[in-house]
Amino acid sequence: MTRANSAALAAAFEGGPAFVPYLAAGDPDYDSSLRYVEALDRGGADVIELGLPFSEPIAEGPTIQGAVTRALDAGMTPERFFEFVSDLDVSAPLVCMTYYNLIYQFGIDEGPEPFVERSAAVGIEGFVVPDLPAEEADPLREACDEHGLDLIFIVAPTTRGERLERIREQVSGYLYVQARLGVTGAKADVSDQTSESLDRVADWPVPKAVGFGISTGEQAAEIVAGGADGIIVGSALVDIVAEGDGEETVEERLEAKARELKRGTEKGFEQRTPRAERP
Amino acid sequence: MSYGTESNPKFGEYGGQFVPEALMPAIEELEDAYERYVLENEDGFVDEFRERLADFGGRPLPLQRADRLSERYGRDVYLKREDLLHGGAHKLNNALGQVLLAKYMGKERIIAETGAGQHGTATAMAAAHLDLPCEIYMGERDIVRQRPNVFRMRLNGSEVNPVSAGRGTLKEAISETMRDWAASVETTHYVIGSVVGPHPFPRMVRDFQAVISEEAREQVLEKAGRLPDSVLACAGGGSNTMGAFHHFVSDDGVELYAVEAGGSSLSVDEERGVAPNSASLSTGTEGVLHGARTRILQDRDGQIMESHSVSSGLDYAGVGPELAHLVDTGRVTPVTVDDDAALEAFHRLSQEEGIIPALETAHAFGYLHENYGDLGEIVIVNVSGRGDKDLESVIEETSEREIEGAPEMDVFQGVGR
Ligand SMILES: Cc1ncc(COP(=O)(O)O)c(C=O)c1O
Repeated sequence: MTRANSAALAAAFEGGPAFVPYLAAGDPDYDSSLRYVEALDRGGADVIELGLPFSEPIAEGPTIQGAVTRALDAGMTPERFFEFVSDLDVSAPLVCMTYYNLIYQFGIDEGPEPFVERSAAVGIEGFVVPDLPAEEADPLREACDEHGLDLIFIVAPTTRGERLERIREQVSGYLYVQARLGVTGAKADVSDQTSESLDRVADWPVPKAVGFGISTGEQAAEIVAGGADGIIVGSALVDIVAEGDGEETVEERLEAKARELKRGTEKGFEQRTPRAERP
Repeated sequence: MSYGTESNPKFGEYGGQFVPEALMPAIEELEDAYERYVLENEDGFVDEFRERLADFGGRPLPLQRADRLSERYGRDVYLKREDLLHGGAHKLNNALGQVLLAKYMGKERIIAETGAGQHGTATAMAAAHLDLPCEIYMGERDIVRQRPNVFRMRLNGSEVNPVSAGRGTLKEAISETMRDWAASVETTHYVIGSVVGPHPFPRMVRDFQAVISEEAREQVLEKAGRLPDSVLACAGGGSNTMGAFHHFVSDDGVELYAVEAGGSSLSVDEERGVAPNSASLSTGTEGVLHGARTRILQDRDGQIMESHSVSSGLDYAGVGPELAHLVDTGRVTPVTVDDDAALEAFHRLSQEEGIIPALETAHAFGYLHENYGDLGEIVIVNVSGRGDKDLESVIEETSEREIEGAPEMDVFQGVGR
């Protein structure tokens, strides 16, 4: 059922619903951030979306903007990002989430190829690029195909008609289903735009991961029970990083939050699949 | 009345639509509305726009021969008086066009960003005039620099939302308005304030501003009997520039000068990621910012730099993609004028011609002063706006400098603080 260049990404969605956490690389500093990402891995991450910070993150709400600013202030750059990925000790496959200008500017050659080549060399499996719609994606798509990486697209609640078709032709790895209009940020409820969005893409040959606003295991369960193949959680985790160490360390809380969200996806899957039909 | 006839998203390599997926349907809807109403005059949109530009805006505006400047520089200097447009700057041409278009599209709410506050003011006025609720995003630093305009927006019934990210200038305000739009896109139109952003904005804003060169071209033929040798306009995002140039672009004999803010220096602090200027045509490199591929101020990694100019309206790290293209093809010449020269020009024009220009506009006069010998016999300068909004900044900036011909500043110390 999966169209993917990366075997690791395809495998991540095969064993049941996937928990996909996001953190900005280098937030609040390089060494802490390494430990935080590894804590998410221990907590059950199936894929990790690692943000490469860009100075104008137009798709992000205040929480992730804060993370990006902290990481940039602490010296994160594309070069350091690749180092960061090499230094990470995690078993989940990694997806790089960033904005197009950073991909486009990398290397001496013009265009996205040098960035993709370098990403492949350090073990990145795919990209999410929020400001790159399908219309502008050909050069990056081609470089990804050449290097065996996936290009993940976002489908918004407003996406309809021809636009859906265009994205369907381009997407591989998994589809990022944006749960609600607006920018990133943790929310207390599950948007009813989610199930409508999932219905529109139900027969696509890629797994569907829902993101934007998810912050609890209960929400994760509800969304997976509603048919999602995975959940993407960013702001709720970045909030923990922003709070810093308290009685429990950030690492401990991240790992616990990851377990809660992962368990939520499993619970949602059980609710969805009647016992008799389970393998 | 001739508007563009094509709706191509690119200008050479520049332009395009680099925005989050949630915005793409709205941009396609806008593209469709632009083609139908603006290019094809469906439902008489263009006629109504023209009528409102005349009755509400005060068009047509004079092309005035500036006698003392002409004498001083030994050539005919003509001023295109956009400062006389309602609201005090060229910005109303675009704001009125877009708010009216939003109305034709059935949108219920208007949002906009502003730097100098002139676009915010124009949008607030147009929204009040056409009875649509309006919210304006403005950087905190610019709110301090441009208090009179903030109050004008409030007077016209608009909300003003301060933006604290980054240095609190235009770049941050645009990003924040895009975020609002991503959440409200089904009911809301984003009135972008210059020839920047994703297609169709750069073309559409240019078409709304092209009335400047349409009038100026006819007027100069009538007054001087021939086309000018050069046209000067200051360039922030580039809307008054594109407006003043558009109908001259195919006149090969007319030199077009886009005057950028040289700020305090043209060099760049790579370490701090700061460009002490806003000269993206002169010193920027190709990249993607705010929905378009264009020339931008960025570091080697592609992070956008904080820009600087004494004038908030020029203080932006990007520029319109069409202007970038016209520079690449050699049709437009990008030049720079620094903060000091702009301030001097501000005082000079005020004293010699009785016109207090916007600090943005003063850059164009700074260039005229330094390079008049190269500009030919007939020069048009686009007076993009008036300087009332800048008086507090000018008092402060003038007090810190020795400027020939400036009023004695001691008396004014502390005024407006
Ligand atoms: C009077 C005036 N001139 C020029 C500008 C610069 O904008 P643009 O380059 O789009 O004309 C501004 C922007 O606020 C302005 O207020």
